[in-house]
Amino acid sequence: MRTVAEFAIGYEQLLDASGNPTGTLPGFASDPAQLTAMYRMMVLCRMFDAKCINLQRTGKLGTYAPCTGHEATHVGVAAAMRTDDVLVPVYREYGTQLWRGVTMTEILTYWAGDERGNDFATAREDFPWCVPIGSQSPHAAGIAMAFKVRGQPRCAVCFIGDGGTSQGAFHEAVNMAGAQKLAVVYVIVNNGWAISVPANEQTAAQTFAQKGLGNGVPGVQVDGNDMLGVRKVMEDALVRARAGDGPTVVEAVTYRLSDHTTADDATRYRSAAELEAAWKLEPLPRTKAFLIARGLWDEAREAQLRAECAARIDEAVRGYQGRTPAGTDAMFDYLFARPPAMLAEQKQIARHYGAGDAQGH
Amino acid sequence: MPRVTLVESVNLALARALADDPDVVVVGEDVGVNGGVFRATVGLQERFGKLRVQDTPLAEGLIGGMSLGMAAQGLKVVAEIQFMGFLYPALDQIANHMARLRHRTRGRLTCPVVIRMPHGGGIHAPEHHSESLEVLLCHHAGLRVVCPSTPAAAYGLLLAAIRDPDPVLFLEPTRLYRLAKQDLLDDGIALALDKAQVLRQGDDITVVSWGAMLHETKQAAERLAQEKISCEVIDLTSLSPIDHDTILESVAHTGRLVIVHEAARNAGLGAEIAATVAERGLYDLLAPIQRVTGYDTVMPYFAMERAYIPGVARIVDAVRTTMKA
Repeated sequence: MRTVAEFAIGYEQLLDASGNPTGTLPGFASDPAQLTAMYRMMVLCRMFDAKCINLQRTGKLGTYAPCTGHEATHVGVAAAMRTDDVLVPVYREYGTQLWRGVTMTEILTYWAGDERGNDFATAREDFPWCVPIGSQSPHAAGIAMAFKVRGQPRCAVCFIGDGGTSQGAFHEAVNMAGAQKLAVVYVIVNNGWAISVPANEQTAAQTFAQKGLGNGVPGVQVDGNDMLGVRKVMEDALVRARAGDGPTVVEAVTYRLSDHTTADDATRYRSAAELEAAWKLEPLPRTKAFLIARGLWDEAREAQLRAECAARIDEAVRGYQGRTPAGTDAMFDYLFARPPAMLAEQKQIARHYGAGDAQGH
Repeated sequence: MPRVTLVESVNLALARALADDPDVVVVGEDVGVNGGVFRATVGLQERFGKLRVQDTPLAEGLIGGMSLGMAAQGLKVVAEIQFMGFLYPALDQIANHMARLRHRTRGRLTCPVVIRMPHGGGIHAPEHHSESLEVLLCHHAGLRVVCPSTPAAAYGLLLAAIRDPDPVLFLEPTRLYRLAKQDLLDDGIALALDKAQVLRQGDDITVVSWGAMLHETKQAAERLAQEKISCEVIDLTSLSPIDHDTILESVAHTGRLVIVHEAARNAGLGAEIAATVAERGLYDLLAPIQRVTGYDTVMPYFAMERAYIPGVARIVDAVRTTMKA
């Protein structure tokens, strides 16, 4: 038998776990402002994440999906994107969203059970969080198709989890994107766990990056705890997409250092030893060490950054807690541009009873 | 004025929408070179090009989700699902995303998509090609569901659906695609959504139906007229929202109601209509409401489909029973 097609999956890592460059760094790594901006955003994410978990634990926020450990992936992706690209997230990519202008107040508002959090004041074309797993994948293909129809040099970037790639929707979308050479990049955040199911029980595939190959789409794996590596493979994929050469599947290998959500208890299904080992590979210390070694960072700047982040987070929380409660009209007012007549009557009933009815008051 | 079939009127409306608005894009399986399995899109790709009339991969869930992504960027997407039985994979996208995008982003992103699909049986098609699943769609807030029964209605309502800024599910009665021709002026004028039509005025009993079942319903009304029973026939047309006022007005006049639909009875749309008349028009009723529907079986393979689809005799009998009550 002769070979009719051959495939390979490359692995990219530019910073090792200690923060040492593994080789020559790409062009953007020579710009101190960009490097420190990325690190600053990673620290903000980590601190904001901790605050959100605390707010949930003290009854001041609904169920929340943490991003602990994913910061390099999320920020690396964001830094590679252009402002007029469109982001299609899952529900924990706060680093990407904050970079693109979504506010902490909006994120808090969303996790407080209030859809107003999806009405981003900036990044107006970015998609809201997507809860039904994998179902966001074809949205990104459609967005990229709109760019193609209109001849716009823009890209869609779609996040999905390791578990999400088991959904048919992911494969349908990647297949379509490949067939039509759409300007879209699918970023699989392989954080090891789909709630309680480990990645190696999710699939027999050796990598998640290869899930593009069956659909004719190249894949690349990157150390998702290495912000330089993530940004590099994303920049390459976006250049390729913008040139009309089609989509790429990027697998960022990281680790979910938190529970799945605040409603989950990961100690039920994974070992303390595994978690401890994962903390040794996490993105923040290596990035800090790299910046310090380059003379771009020190403990004084670290302390100042953390104080600034704490103040920004407090301000965002105040904005969130001070928001006006939504009235019951909000259930009815946004379903249609031209609401059918029947909704008017139900809107009046809801106004009359308010939320008190559900609580038996 | 050309005389056209219902499927030709769909083609005329699509061509008109594509010509009038550069944001209109037609997508679906075999809608390009082949012109659609029912020829609803014939000639469109040749005229408007491959980007505006696109053959998609064979994946209905993808068609749903991709259409939403395109629409969120401001395109007005007209997607075709080849047969209603293949709608199920797209329901996730329709229910979880299309119906909710405007609502959950507080109007920031919207979904001006029309999904067209053949509806109902009676054309000797393979299994899964003859379904009447409108109730699956009508239950979801945020969607409009439309089912025309004449070429002129198909033309005007499809234009209205495409121009509407929200998702519209457009059910085309397969049995009526080529059943009759009608004079149609291709004038680009849309009809109003959300409205039922009184097809035939009458005094004794109101008969509500939609889509292909209006064919049998109108025949039944003719036959009953010979017995001096005067039927007022209402074409529901808008399956969601339902134009209850038109039905209630008619029932206030006639005092009797029969609802005819091809879909199964259990939790069908007939129940919603009957319940609303019971809530708001009970004292106008002179007799219990009757439903004439498909059975609570699966839609049978075509050898048995005529036994499943309510025929003229069943409708006539239901009206007679109601008149005697």
